Amino acid sequence: MVLTVIERNGDGTPTAESAEVLAAARDLAEQLGVPVAAVAVGDAGDLPDDLAKRGVAQLHLLQHALLADGSPSCTGEALSQLVAAQRPAAVLAPGTDRSTEAMAWAAAELGVPLATACTEIRPGIRPGEPWEVTRERSGGILLEDAVLDAPIRLATVRPGAPVPSETAAAHEVTVHVLVPDLDASVPRARLVDRRPRAAGMTLTTAPVVVAGGRGVGGADGDAVLEELAGLVGGAVGCSRVATNNGWRPHADQVGLTGTRISPDLYVACGISGATQHWVGCMNARSILAVNTDPEAPMVTRATWAVIGDVHEVLPAVIAELRRRSGR
Amino acid sequence: MDVLVCVKRVPAVGSEILLTADATAIDTRHLGFTIGPHEECAVEEAVRIAERTGGSAGVLTVGPPEADEQLRYAMSMGADHAVRVDDPVADPDPETTAAAITAALRGLPPDVVLFGEASADAGHAQVGFRVACALRRPVVGGVKGIGLDGDRVTLRCDAPDGVEVHEAPLPAVAAVLEGLNLPRYPTIKGRLRAKKATVRVIAPDLSTGRLRTLRLRHRPEARAETVVLGRGAAAAPAVVDVLADLGMVR
Amino acid sequence: MSSLPDRAQVVVIGAGIVGNAVVHHLARLGWRDIVLVDKGPLPDPGGSTGHASNFAFPVDHSREITLLTGDSMRQYTELGTLTTCGGIEVARTPERVQELHRRMSSARAWGVDAELISPAAVAEKVPFLDPSVVLAGFWTPSVAVVDPLRAGELMRERAVAAGALTVSALTEVLAIETGDGRVRRVRTDRGDVDTEYVVVACGVWSPRIAALAGATIPLTPAVHQMIDVGPIEELAATGREIAFPIVRDMDPLMYERQSGADLEIGSYAHRPILCDPDEIPSLAAAALSPTQLPFTPDDFDPQMEAALELFGGILDRPDAGIRHAINGLLSLTPDGHPLLGETPEVRGLWSAAAVWIKEGPGVGRLIAEWMTCGAPEIDPAAADIARFAPHERTRAHVRARAAEGFNKTYGITHPREQWSSDRGVRRSPFHERQRALGAEFFEVAGWERPQWYRSNEPLVAELGVEDRPHEWDARWWSPIINAEHLAMRRAAAMIDLSAFSQFDVQGPGALAFLQHLTVAQMDRPVGRVVYTPVLGPDGGFRSDLTVVRLGDAHFRVVTGGADGARDLAWFRRHLPGDGSVALHDVTSAVCTLGLWGPRARDVLAAVTDDDISDAAFPFATARWLTVGSVPVLALRLSYVGELGWELHAATETGARLWDALAAAGEPHGLVPAGIGVYGTTARIEKGYRLMGHELDAEHGPVEAGLALPRLKAQDFVGKAAYTKAREGEPEATLCTLRLDGARDASGLRRYPQGGEPVLTPDGGRITDSRGRPSYVTSAGAAPSLGTHLLMAYLPPRHAVEGTELLVEYLGERYPVTVARAGRTPLFDPDDTRMRG
Repeated sequence: MVLTVIERNGDGTPTAESAEVLAAARDLAEQLGVPVAAVAVGDAGDLPDDLAKRGVAQLHLLQHALLADGSPSCTGEALSQLVAAQRPAAVLAPGTDRSTEAMAWAAAELGVPLATACTEIRPGIRPGEPWEVTRERSGGILLEDAVLDAPIRLATVRPGAPVPSETAAAHEVTVHVLVPDLDASVPRARLVDRRPRAAGMTLTTAPVVVAGGRGVGGADGDAVLEELAGLVGGAVGCSRVATNNGWRPHADQVGLTGTRISPDLYVACGISGATQHWVGCMNARSILAVNTDPEAPMVTRATWAVIGDVHEVLPAVIAELRRRSGR
Repeated sequence: MDVLVCVKRVPAVGSEILLTADATAIDTRHLGFTIGPHEECAVEEAVRIAERTGGSAGVLTVGPPEADEQLRYAMSMGADHAVRVDDPVADPDPETTAAAITAALRGLPPDVVLFGEASADAGHAQVGFRVACALRRPVVGGVKGIGLDGDRVTLRCDAPDGVEVHEAPLPAVAAVLEGLNLPRYPTIKGRLRAKKATVRVIAPDLSTGRLRTLRLRHRPEARAETVVLGRGAAAAPAVVDVLADLGMVR
Repeated sequence: MSSLPDRAQVVVIGAGIVGNAVVHHLARLGWRDIVLVDKGPLPDPGGSTGHASNFAFPVDHSREITLLTGDSMRQYTELGTLTTCGGIEVARTPERVQELHRRMSSARAWGVDAELISPAAVAEKVPFLDPSVVLAGFWTPSVAVVDPLRAGELMRERAVAAGALTVSALTEVLAIETGDGRVRRVRTDRGDVDTEYVVVACGVWSPRIAALAGATIPLTPAVHQMIDVGPIEELAATGREIAFPIVRDMDPLMYERQSGADLEIGSYAHRPILCDPDEIPSLAAAALSPTQLPFTPDDFDPQMEAALELFGGILDRPDAGIRHAINGLLSLTPDGHPLLGETPEVRGLWSAAAVWIKEGPGVGRLIAEWMTCGAPEIDPAAADIARFAPHERTRAHVRARAAEGFNKTYGITHPREQWSSDRGVRRSPFHERQRALGAEFFEVAGWERPQWYRSNEPLVAELGVEDRPHEWDARWWSPIINAEHLAMRRAAAMIDLSAFSQFDVQGPGALAFLQHLTVAQMDRPVGRVVYTPVLGPDGGFRSDLTVVRLGDAHFRVVTGGADGARDLAWFRRHLPGDGSVALHDVTSAVCTLGLWGPRARDVLAAVTDDDISDAAFPFATARWLTVGSVPVLALRLSYVGELGWELHAATETGARLWDALAAAGEPHGLVPAGIGVYGTTARIEKGYRLMGHELDAEHGPVEAGLALPRLKAQDFVGKAAYTKAREGEPEATLCTLRLDGARDASGLRRYPQGGEPVLTPDGGRITDSRGRPSYVTSAGAAPSLGTHLLMAYLPPRHAVEGTELLVEYLGERYPVTVARAGRTPLFDPDDTRMRG
């Protein structure tokens, strides 16, 4: 069996990342000739029906009061119990922070390796042979081929894998409920407060991100970024230079140690495009670079470029936008 | 309050990463080494906590003798003691790393152990959780704020839909993110103190892990030639044309 | 993207400060179709120009470097890229205080405003410096920081505006094609350019680029560490890039300067860290830039301690952090001087390398003038890339000397100081004999030459030679030199001159070729020895040498060891293309032993059957003799003012020659003597001039007193300027000055070494009508005259025998008297001794 960790949206449906993992799991299961199973926390709801269309044969529901606030140690502990009982060939989970954390805990409990941020998983040709994975390193600018040598292969899958259309041959999904043995002995942090972010565009959800770097020249220079982002319905981001200089909060930082984004359009203003930043925006569908240096890496990698100073180019673009939209 | 930070020696790369001839590692002949930004923030936080509470801020790494440079860097930022778990392998797999740290921590009982969310090179993003599990301590990842309250610690994280605050009894483990604070630069005095400080070296028996690098490669980059829309303000109409094509002009 | 033209008048490779300055000045001097390429982007291609500390201290002990710096600072000023902030070199030790006095003398000699100030005055100018660690400061108000990137941009813009320049960044030079020994084409990844001239201004990459054409640029990239510490409130409060004077903390070999809110600390104290031009990372692969390598903190720690001592008040603050730290690359050469001029290997391939920011624009002008007119205004001899012997261009030698020289950057270097690394490369056949005699070897062009012999120590007491009481005066010196001198004048001495460079010039065109290059008449009978100046196109000295006519179409040229490589390159460059002249370097084939003194003829007569009487072998002639079984080419001439010969023999027979003379000389009182006698004491008594000291490109034969009685009819290089000089009054005359019994404030006898300013009795500077200062070109003992002599060019009003003047030496002034204006020797003015 290939066991797939399902993260659920607020309405109980699988998240987009979970759907991607399910697709990868189905591929893998086909190669191995084993069924696909899924594991999720909570009640069944509509999940069995949904999963049936994605080729899942079994659904394991983990149910316990301590799982309610999503503690990765509790989830990981419960997962390890399920895996120990089921002994799947592989356990795949989305490469989100939360699932990665739970998988790490489970791997530690089980005493097995965990390959994170995988883009490909290749089983051994014969049973018992080590598997190979390809995973991202250095923020995704490098790929690593690695041997994964374990009786049960744990891996998290980098978001972005292609999701096939729902399978035609719907299986009957059997649902198994496991109440894991969780008590005070599982060390855990307690969620004591959750403050929803004010509604609005976030870096990860915005279709356009307008970001500024050294070339913006300081906190005062950000007004044009805000204005442009407002006009095109986008969010404002920045490079590490901007956060290190205190021009913008760290939450706005795009990059290896900030947020990794994949908008339809990334407008990089006065950003040279060092590796640290590049890995944060390289998944954008298209990039428009505004830079005085025509040879800056960001310019040479961009879809479109304007050579010039941010404070000359953006006001002109804003004026042109206003002219065309009559605002 | 005693805080210990686990750091990793990683190459400080330029915009192009060169690989060794056998492609098993980054070619570091021309590169310096550093600790990642997440870990710099962790060191900064540990130093601040130690200053505030009159406790200690230690730093630990797993690696070869060269990694002392990174321990000394952390000490020049204000960490007061350092431990290196000797491992001839420069970039060990996460199981080994976690086992090495766990072994080292059994001898040191810090109240808080801090990790960076993920190392800047390998990015396995799991060592902190493995160590927490092995030591049976509560752990929170993605931490961007740390508060202390008697024998408890509150840990603030960005969640996809907002901000979460977790509370854990001490001793506890956290994996932190850049943005937690703005790390200080080392001072000259700090550097001179760090140079003279001793690094305690321990050498537990370590077995090799079961995730082994075969080779590294560059991600294929298939991008078309950049279209230069123009220079300066004169490019504005062309830019707006592009925005219009993308359906972004409302 | 600019596209490259198919043809260019000149291709300049490297768009750092030097390359930009070269294109600007070439354009100014009328060059067109100039192409400037760089592998990196603009305005900062990633070389040393982009990370340099960018300050300029105008005073250097070297006149040429001071001139280049002064010219550069004028150019930076004119471009609006210079900010004057003043600078102080501080001394922590008494020895350094003495060195600051020496700096003061150099400042006065070159006419740079400077002042020695007290620790309190230092602290007044730099309030956050702890004056208790400081003994004195050398304050130069004109010290400045410059912006070489902006200056480079402006210089490019001017050349482009003149329609003279095409700039192509991100263009990698793949090959430099040559044909018939000269540059033909530059091949790049953006196309090929046909050209006759290439200037390599590639800084640390220069050896790589020159190698593409088969030439050598002997430099090595080396690390210079710098850190920035901040923010510092007092510095930030100024709101300026630099508002306080730059401090050079000379004893720990480091500097501190304000850079905005930070204090930048640089060091020349750490171990030499050399790298290979082929090993420098690309722009993309480097974390910062190719020439900003990862900082190695262990090497810098002692400097941090030293910085805390001087600037503890601002550096020892919790919020002042090390915000930037690099191992910056710069270029080091075997002798610390730049590498300028046409490479000796490839015609049309010019080097403009190993240049500091403070000299960049001046070097650009120098190179452009040199390429345009054949001679630059500032004498390039000390920086001429042709100055190196073959072994000095090897990687091993360059690295050895660069490593040794690195810590001398801020060091105290005695004018006679010898290198200790990579010694013993060139040894004469007399070497073992000399070692046995306790020779103290000094080096020239790799040759080991005895400066004096410890075996002569008993002569010191016997001849009553005084020692020098002050350590600085006595350093790299021995009273034995004076004793050997007196022994030579009393009886005879033999002197190893094998370091001479010697070329044979043969063929039907040989006479015309030499006539063209020399001032003296070369068409003399076979067997004549002719001394001649060799001039540059502007009439200044390029060399002075001896030519012996060995046959109708066969001449031998004998020149100094130090000048041999430059002279060889100059001669080669002028060879006619028709093959009518063959030039062979016979330096290694020939060893030379000088034999001089009143008993020289007796000694030589004892070992040869040939007639060496004055009648048979007159002065200024050459003859073949046989010494035992050794054939010897004997030249009857003298640089020491005594009867005698230069004896030239096949190298492998040298030991036999030495032994024969030594044995024959013993009953006559013959002693071996070192170059201390030959190069200093004997020649200065005779008023003989020395290339590189009295003779330089700034002066011609008339001023040097070496004009010949007759002007030859044949044309020669520099004739026009020489002819004009002969017709007018000289603007300066080379004079010999006596310094009698100079005692310093503590009563010690003192001996200036050369380089000191000559001042009027009231302490005023002396300059001639062309602005050239009067300074001591050579200084040395005159044991037979019982005094210490100095040579200096003086303008006519002072060049009068009997005039009383002052010389400033290490902070004190000593009276001197003009003993001779012109060339007539003070010792044996009628030359009776050597004509005897």
